[in-house]
Amino acid sequence: MTRPVEQLVTLLRNPTKASEISGNQWTDILCVARAELLLATLAERLKGKIVPEAVAQIFADARTECAAIQQKARWEAQCAVTALAPLGIPPILLKGAAYLSSGLDAAKGRHIGDLDILVPRDRLDHVEAALLENGWEWVKEDPYDQAYYRQWMHELPPLIHRDRDGMIDVHHTILPLTAKPRPDAEAMIERADDIGDGLKVLDPHDMLCHCAAHFLADGDMAGGLRNLWDFHLLVSEFCTSERSFGELRERAQSHDLWPAIRGTLRLAHDLYGTAWPQDWGAKWSWREALFRRRLLARNGWGQETHPPLRFAIYIRSHWLRMPPFMLARHLWIKWRKGADAERSI
Amino acid sequence: MRYECRIHVGPAIFRIGSDWAQPIEQLKALYQPYPDCDDAIADFTIRLEAQRFYRRWFRPSVRLSGDYMLPDASPLPLTQGLLAAEMAMNLQMALGWRRHLLLHASAVERDGKVLLMTGESGSGKSTLSALLAEHGWRFLGDEFALVDLDSGDIQGFPRAISLKNSAIDVARDFVGDDARFGPLLTDTPKGAIRHLQPPESAIAAMGETAMPALLLYPSFGYPRATDTVPPTENFVRLTQASTNYVALGEAGFSALVNLVQRVPAHAIDFETNDEALELVEALWARVA
Repeated sequence: MTRPVEQLVTLLRNPTKASEISGNQWTDILCVARAELLLATLAERLKGKIVPEAVAQIFADARTECAAIQQKARWEAQCAVTALAPLGIPPILLKGAAYLSSGLDAAKGRHIGDLDILVPRDRLDHVEAALLENGWEWVKEDPYDQAYYRQWMHELPPLIHRDRDGMIDVHHTILPLTAKPRPDAEAMIERADDIGDGLKVLDPHDMLCHCAAHFLADGDMAGGLRNLWDFHLLVSEFCTSERSFGELRERAQSHDLWPAIRGTLRLAHDLYGTAWPQDWGAKWSWREALFRRRLLARNGWGQETHPPLRFAIYIRSHWLRMPPFMLARHLWIKWRKGADAERSI
Repeated sequence: MRYECRIHVGPAIFRIGSDWAQPIEQLKALYQPYPDCDDAIADFTIRLEAQRFYRRWFRPSVRLSGDYMLPDASPLPLTQGLLAAEMAMNLQMALGWRRHLLLHASAVERDGKVLLMTGESGSGKSTLSALLAEHGWRFLGDEFALVDLDSGDIQGFPRAISLKNSAIDVARDFVGDDARFGPLLTDTPKGAIRHLQPPESAIAAMGETAMPALLLYPSFGYPRATDTVPPTENFVRLTQASTNYVALGEAGFSALVNLVQRVPAHAIDFETNDEALELVEALWARVA
């Protein structure tokens, strides 16, 4: 029998399959969708399709919830504009907020948590000061974490607004400074599109590069199904011809992100049926097979499965971020802190 | 999950899975009179999991998780598994339900009109609703009042009533029937807890809605008194008592304004059950 997580992927890919789902399977599928933050996305995707009344009600709840989340996300973005206006820096929105503000398909039903923005690295101190002045505060007071972020990461330690509770991640580049690929953040900032209201977003190819970097070259694939769905929709919207795929390839190569783009597209093609250009080579590799297994590692109760694989990919995400000695030191410090915290409970 | 059951209360269906048999058996016993829903599509999934794999047997402790969870919720010993399940059901409603405005309140109905009671934990709203349910009122719930976003009517959500500490013995006196009580849970974070099945007639009528007519803020343990709560103060207090008011946005605001304009509110203080019944009847006579 097909597993619920695979049924979820099938429904996203082909909504007409909704009529083939039996009553008992829905509970599992909805539970998995919620755990993957894809419930409202599924609700949007199955709009107009015939589903049991109970499912329709749950979808209506998910839409209501999503509308409120997206309204808050728009407001948070405007608050960042206001805070940075005196510096003359229009924030470049990344991820969910960017899809939402530029009206892309990827925003439909998308959950948006933190606000992610990109700003020029040489203005970072000013941006930080402006945000602190406007009510944002540090989340991580821990000196090791603070120093770690500042020295090695691609973003400031996260800030949270003291009244609105909204989290902001200020990026100054695409990947950690210690990672091997070095995407050209300056060029991305240069090319960013103005979308009005004092906001900017990355140009389409850079947006795809960022999406893939975030998905494959950086993360441990938590929330991977959703991030890959973003990528699928972005490609479907931006790359409508052989030529545009060619341009994407060139852009990805200029950012050192060609393997990330190709690997992500392979997975998206496999799971969601995204177009695969003839000249991009073989569609399958053992690496992608492992990632695929990781992406689908969830059972019908919403529980995570395959702990060793999850752990391996978690380690890999760190391995990609930093050289071995630094990684060992980092994990040791993190582990000791975790152990201390557990003892103190 | 090794053990599971589904529970249907008012408009919501919960699927509860557990690593252990005991909490599921206790839930099934407590919710035995409720409609059978084993094949129904569940609105929410709840998991009672062992914190680590060996903790299933060694010092077993239950970690609450499911569709909606609080990241820093502390685990409970297995003997309090039933409480864990109840807390988890509350959490799903509080964080996930969007079909009604949710008020942290108890509700009872008579002659098609609803009396709402809200207040801090320990104010006596649960006990008072249980008491009224034994005195001719229909029990609609002691945890959440579900306010229809359009009509303003109250939808029944008659979960098992959660009695705490001294309220347990008080309720045993006026209920009489020992078979309607769940197991006594001692040393919980809120002291002793024991659940009480609502009267069967209340469970049978749980799908019926009714319009709210009176809102009370009870305070148990103070000399007898009644005070009017003005609409503005009432509004602000109810925004605090609602778990999804902010999340519902404009729909929640309109529903709450509608309720406050339509329903008079009073604070009542009392020291005995008889005093409470008298005060309620006196105020009810004005709106009935």
